[in-house]
Amino acid sequence: MSAPTLPSESPSAAVVAPSGLAIEFDKVSIAFDDKVVLENISFGLARGETKAVFGVAGSGKSTLLKLAIGLLRPDSGSIKVLGEEITHMSEPELFELRRRVGIVFQESALFDSLKVYENVAYRLMEEGLPAEEIERRVREVLRFVELERTYDMRPSELSGGMRRRVAIARAIITEPEVLLYDSPTGGLDPVTSNTIVELIVKQRDVYKTSALMVTHRLQDAFTMATHQFDQATNKMVALPKGQHCDVPMSFLILRDAKVIFDGDAHQLATSRDDYIREYIS
Amino acid sequence: MALELELISPFELAKDFVVAVQEYTLLSAQSLTNFFRPPVYMGDMLQQADLIGVGSLPIVILTGLSVGALLALNAASTLQRFGGIALIGRLVSQGMVTELGPLITGLMVAGRNSSGMASELGSMIVTEQIDAMRALGTDPTKKLITPRVGAATFMLFFLTIIADLLGLIGGYAVAHPLFGVDTQQYWTSVWQFLVFRDVFTGLLKPVLFGFIIATVGCYYGMSTKGGTQGVGRSTTQAVVAASVMILIVDFFVTKLIFAIFGYS
Repeated sequence: MSAPTLPSESPSAAVVAPSGLAIEFDKVSIAFDDKVVLENISFGLARGETKAVFGVAGSGKSTLLKLAIGLLRPDSGSIKVLGEEITHMSEPELFELRRRVGIVFQESALFDSLKVYENVAYRLMEEGLPAEEIERRVREVLRFVELERTYDMRPSELSGGMRRRVAIARAIITEPEVLLYDSPTGGLDPVTSNTIVELIVKQRDVYKTSALMVTHRLQDAFTMATHQFDQATNKMVALPKGQHCDVPMSFLILRDAKVIFDGDAHQLATSRDDYIREYIS
Repeated sequence: MALELELISPFELAKDFVVAVQEYTLLSAQSLTNFFRPPVYMGDMLQQADLIGVGSLPIVILTGLSVGALLALNAASTLQRFGGIALIGRLVSQGMVTELGPLITGLMVAGRNSSGMASELGSMIVTEQIDAMRALGTDPTKKLITPRVGAATFMLFFLTIIADLLGLIGGYAVAHPLFGVDTQQYWTSVWQFLVFRDVFTGLLKPVLFGFIIATVGCYYGMSTKGGTQGVGRSTTQAVVAASVMILIVDFFVTKLIFAIFGYS
């Protein structure tokens, strides 16, 4: 599938002003042993916005997500999630904050020993909700990802795409304010990838959830920038050319441990940086 | 493919060792303090108790019986030479209750469960399931480590009692038919010479060994690095480290008990 043409209209007001930031990185650096993975990274994710994070393998994209949810701590700099500084939070304090943030891991990270419904209901069961309430919400969210039939199945019985959709269901069951996707379409065929992209767009446009999405696939992000979810038809539809920038979508490109681009689709399309032009071509 | 050997300085090795000891100590301490910080996952603890306790029962029965029988067989040849075959029950009971029962049970369960814990937790690490658990707001030390530590410590205590009893039965199965030791004489000498010190030692050791088995298995599992190859490495290291620690702790506990209660 070739990448759709990038929208080149003027920047939109849909990308919210920095005052309402869901995630804010300020001069964040992290190194593993002697290898600097991220250096002085600063960017903001506005509420309701989806930001696609690009970069070659090993450029620190997954590390960025793990920092954003407090699974890793930076060597320096500050990270704010939903207005709270998480850099110096203790693990129990982070557990509280993580109830408002969902994450979809690269390989789904479903619990092998649990059935699909137990995986999806995990957080609700931990919170001690009544069984009927849990079942209702699990069925509802599995219906959202169109996998209600897998309710009693084990993760090992699912295909890669189905596992990814169950992981999305697990992440969104508590209606988090922020979602983090780590290569949600990585290793999937184009049809399944499109289904996942549609789910992410649905989550963005229907529930207005802020999201950071790490991906290698430019075409996925471009599809998201040029489409919106139509609730009437329950389908993702392409926007007319003049409305591309109405979508709350932005792009972040990492290179050599640094941010080399942070902006909307229009700015990306008109960038004069040789590396970026080559990257998006 | 060229084989590259990297030389590591003794300073680096020593530093790694100190860091490992520190991390192991912290994990062990946390596994204990978690018992007093809710939530306590009783369901997981019962599941682990079933896996460790009931699952290890066949191997413990087999080793308990055979070690008791072998102890009696070996002791009999020496005792017969001095006309002291009547004391065979005493020798078997002291050997089994204070030393071989706890040690053999500990080593068997270490081989079976330390490896199992290391591989299970290691696999969860490399497939990001532990990260997922943390991201879902659950403390993995509470959910995964504390139930294993509680279950292993509790179940090893009872497994050792079973191994001791079967060892004594194994000893009787050799002493009575092969060496003509009277049934009443055997069982009287079994319990008559056991003193508080022996029973206390025999019941203290499995508690310590159970704790070692679970904490070492969990430590190696949780510190797994390097994909599936790393899981294999952690599994092997867990069995070796748990077995060595059991042998070392066994020696020092025995020495300490003798120092406290005396040798007589």
